[in-house]
Amino acid sequence: MVPLSHYLLLSAALFMIGVVGVLVRRNAIVVFMSIEIMLNAVNISLIAFDKYLNQHDGQVFSFMVMCVAAAEVSVGLAIIISMFRNKPTVNLDEFNIMKW
Amino acid sequence: MEPINAPESIDLISLAPVLVLSVFAMAVLVLDLFAGKNKALVVFVSITGLFLSGVSALAKYKLPVYSFNDSYVVDHLSVFFIFLFTLSSALAILLSIEYNRREGIRMGEYYSLILFCTIGMILLASSTDLIMIFLGIEIVSICLYVLAGIRRRDLKSNESALKYFLLGAFATGFLLYGMALVYGTTGSTNLMKIATAIHEGNVNSMPLLLLGVVLLVVGFGFKVSSAPFHMWTPDVYQGAPTPVTAFMAVGPKAAAFAALFRVFTQSLPELDSTWEMVLIVVAVLTMVVGNLGAIMQTNVKRLLAFSSVSHVGYILMAVIAKNSIATASLLFYMLAYAFMIFGVFGIIIMMGREGEENLEIENYAGLGYKHPLLALSMTAFLLSLGGLPPFAGFVAKFYIFSAALKEGLLALVVIAVLNSAISFYYYLKIIVFMYMKEPQQEIRVSLSPITLFVVTVSLIATIQLGIFPDPIIALAQN
Repeated sequence: MVPLSHYLLLSAALFMIGVVGVLVRRNAIVVFMSIEIMLNAVNISLIAFDKYLNQHDGQVFSFMVMCVAAAEVSVGLAIIISMFRNKPTVNLDEFNIMKW
Repeated sequence: MEPINAPESIDLISLAPVLVLSVFAMAVLVLDLFAGKNKALVVFVSITGLFLSGVSALAKYKLPVYSFNDSYVVDHLSVFFIFLFTLSSALAILLSIEYNRREGIRMGEYYSLILFCTIGMILLASSTDLIMIFLGIEIVSICLYVLAGIRRRDLKSNESALKYFLLGAFATGFLLYGMALVYGTTGSTNLMKIATAIHEGNVNSMPLLLLGVVLLVVGFGFKVSSAPFHMWTPDVYQGAPTPVTAFMAVGPKAAAFAALFRVFTQSLPELDSTWEMVLIVVAVLTMVVGNLGAIMQTNVKRLLAFSSVSHVGYILMAVIAKNSIATASLLFYMLAYAFMIFGVFGIIIMMGREGEENLEIENYAGLGYKHPLLALSMTAFLLSLGGLPPFAGFVAKFYIFSAALKEGLLALVVIAVLNSAISFYYYLKIIVFMYMKEPQQEIRVSLSPITLFVVTVSLIATIQLGIFPDPIIALAQN
């Protein structure tokens, strides 16, 4: 059986990839994808903990995370589209009317 | 596997405020289809829903009542917060009427989004389970992302929504990871069970748990906009529609504080030596960054955003002190802050012009001569925000500082008092402009009766809470 620590390391690695993606990339969609990677990295740890503890709370939690992620996607894409209609770009650096 | 609990753990009455509000929020969505351009009916239904929801919070007599497998609680804290949320949402809706007419926001969804956001806030303040807290935070945040960007033809509003969304979702990731680690190391998502597990030393890995706690601080820090996680606040507050800014500064922030308070004092009291240190550093940074940032601002909304960051620093002191005075002072501060903010923003809305114009400090020059009463109430709100007697802000700060002093946090209180002194610089700057500068343009104020009503109520409450704070303090101390 694969030990718990392997899952946690995988989850931590994915989470870091997501964090770095958010901080480094300037394309709104890619930043958005990186955030989704972060959420799914957490799902991996939740499920791994759940299996390790022999419970079901973690699975329920990860379902909730998926629902929330889906809701967030719909709102996020809508925001990006309405932004794109006013200014045809998805580069975050060009959205600087107000100081970052 | 535990058997699924019998239905008696499901207590729908304790959930009444949420259910009432859900029904009304959906009713508003449907009604809007038939209401046409006149939104009076929609507004009326929304306010009724908020009122009934606030009343239904009193449905339980013997508190606290736990239900839904101990994941939802009705206690004095949550009832107080439900009153605060319904009141602040109602004031925000009243402030929106005139503004929305001027800016051409004709969507009825605006009102139902505020109601849905209030549902999230109530869940957040009443949850005793990490899953529920996560859901509450997300309901609040997703509604706010949309509300921030509701002027969708305006680039500033778009930018504000986008920044809020990306940084908010980013923070959610940290919060969630923290929750996952706390769950994994203690074996439960229930706040009380987490506390028991830590108390009994039933923790799988202490380093991972501590990492989880730090990630929780980061995640909540983003949501309450404490430094160094406050970068989104000025931009979002400036770009969002003015009533939404007022709404964001009060309700959702108070809700995040309620959850933060619950998580740290109820589930992690054994680890307080760790998170207390972290929170003290965060609180000091928040006060200093907020106040220094506000000094340089010329836009009133941006200035108030920085000022709200500094207020978060003061409120964090109550969480750090965590004694019985601290809980009461936290509640009192939130209430006082709500009235001050709605008062100030009411005046900002009256001063503003179509297209989110007229928001610079220079635009307030000469207001003291043209509209002496309006300028006088603005002065009262600003001095109250700074913490001058006889206004509510003074009493609120006084209680928080005395709660912290009781715990021997002398250095922290000294820093906070010095920061309050700094804050007078920028509050007085607006007052100086109102009374001592010549107006550069014609002053045109849209004195709509409803906005005036909100400002008057806020003014009376600010003075009333400042002179006779005892009833509310006694109520909050329960």
